[in-house]
Amino acid sequence: MVNYNAQLDRTFAALVDPTRRAILARLEREDGATVSELAKPFAIKLPAVMKHLDVLDDAGLITRSKVGRTVTVRLSPEPMRAAVEWLRRYERFWSRSLDRLAAYAERKEAEARKSGR
Amino acid sequence: MTSLTLVRRIAARPSIVFDALTTPDGIACWWGPDAGPVLLAETDVRIGGRFRVRFRMLDGSEHESSGEYLEVVRPERLAMSWRWQGSEDPGESLVEIDLRASAEGTELTFTHSRLRDEDSRRSHEEGWNGALDKLQRHFSVTDRRYS
Repeated sequence: MVNYNAQLDRTFAALVDPTRRAILARLEREDGATVSELAKPFAIKLPAVMKHLDVLDDAGLITRSKVGRTVTVRLSPEPMRAAVEWLRRYERFWSRSLDRLAAYAERKEAEARKSGR
Repeated sequence: MTSLTLVRRIAARPSIVFDALTTPDGIACWWGPDAGPVLLAETDVRIGGRFRVRFRMLDGSEHESSGEYLEVVRPERLAMSWRWQGSEDPGESLVEIDLRASAEGTELTFTHSRLRDEDSRRSHEEGWNGALDKLQRHFSVTDRRYS
């Protein structure tokens, strides 16, 4: 559970950055891309892209495999699934709780009006 | 992708909604995903004060969460840290609730995020560039709004 927790924190921290999100979205579309292909759309230098890939790799969100001089990057979906599951659990809890909150507050409002407040 | 956002339009004035969110009597009436009872509700509604709520679900399982109030602006805004007791989701997260008066009553915007402080603010300021929309579809999350 502690590892699971640390993993979630790493996943969400990695997802904060828009460049890293764009890289993940592209890998989702293309099922594998080389580092230079990934770097192309961004106005940043290759070493900066490599740093982003390191963060994504540390978070377990991508895998890198080297054939000759070419490094191919692929999406590793498991941490994303865990992150989505985390959001879903809270979505279930809060969506229903807030519906009940709304109903309760509306009853209270009706009572307040009735008693002229 | 790093937070959950829900919006509710409520036919009640913001002060009534705020009190429903923060008083033990109010919390006892709505907290939890089903009609199971709230077993304990304690709140100390001031910055640095704490809350603790324990509830039982209809399947008999009991859950408890607690945290610290980080922002208290009645009746507009509430922010608190959040932690489940036990091991079901270890680690701390952040709950933010904004209440805006509307013609109808109150528009409530609720956010639960994993990230705190700087990370969370940065994420919100950058906004959502849509890059992960496709990823979310990939994981078949289509009918919910995550930002």
